[in-house]
Amino acid sequence: MNLRRDVFQAIADPTRRAIILLVASQSMTAGAIASNFDTARPTVSKHLQILTECELLKQEQNGREIYYHINATKMKEVADFIEPFRNMWDDRFNKLETIMKKFKRK
Amino acid sequence: MEPKTKIKAENGKQELVITREFDLPLELLFKAYTEPGIVAQWMGTKVVKLESKKQGSYQFETADAKGNVVFQANGVIHEFSPNRKITRTFEMENTPFGVQLEIYEFESLNEDTCKLTMHVIYETVAQRDQVLQLPFAQGINMAHNRLQDIVTKLKQ
Repeated sequence: MNLRRDVFQAIADPTRRAIILLVASQSMTAGAIASNFDTARPTVSKHLQILTECELLKQEQNGREIYYHINATKMKEVADFIEPFRNMWDDRFNKLETIMKKFKRK
Repeated sequence: MEPKTKIKAENGKQELVITREFDLPLELLFKAYTEPGIVAQWMGTKVVKLESKKQGSYQFETADAKGNVVFQANGVIHEFSPNRKITRTFEMENTPFGVQLEIYEFESLNEDTCKLTMHVIYETVAQRDQVLQLPFAQGINMAHNRLQDIVTKLKQ
């Protein structure tokens, strides 16, 4: 179940979601992906590594270049799962708790 | 660590149950659901109207940075028992999700902690499943919008 948790950590990050979206339209090299972000290149590489480890992206060697493309099967699995829904409520409730703790101290 | 918020959504059923324990006295949790200013803060939406009483109604509205309304919801309160229970309808406007029935039960565990049980019933199984998948779709959408912002900035 570790893997499943990792997948959701992977998509919890907005940059990684943007990367998924970019690659969804066409396979791209790490350099091409990085050129779409203000973020430093090593940071983008780290994001790509996490997405690949979680099997959301797949690497494909093409000559000297490595292309990243989306793993549709894995993405489907993520979309079917209710974890993002739970996270949304968890975030809301955490916020509620923080606000009311401050309220209590007033 | 066990997640604080739990969701029970059985396959093929048109309902779900969300439970959460809070490090708050019961009265404070209930207040967070009944005071418009506080609801606005944790729901992250503008509270246009919230009449916390039997047959009262409520209206939420969220706008984006440009002032376009991106989320509108409303409903009617059917049961209002302070520090115990709220039963209300909830409808997200301009969506195919229909009207859902929400039953909130508030329980004190001890002086400093309490529990919320939120039972939500949808019109159909399909609608429940669509709502369950909504945050993921939104997440992708938000990423998409951000991407658009970045691309637009690059073009300038």
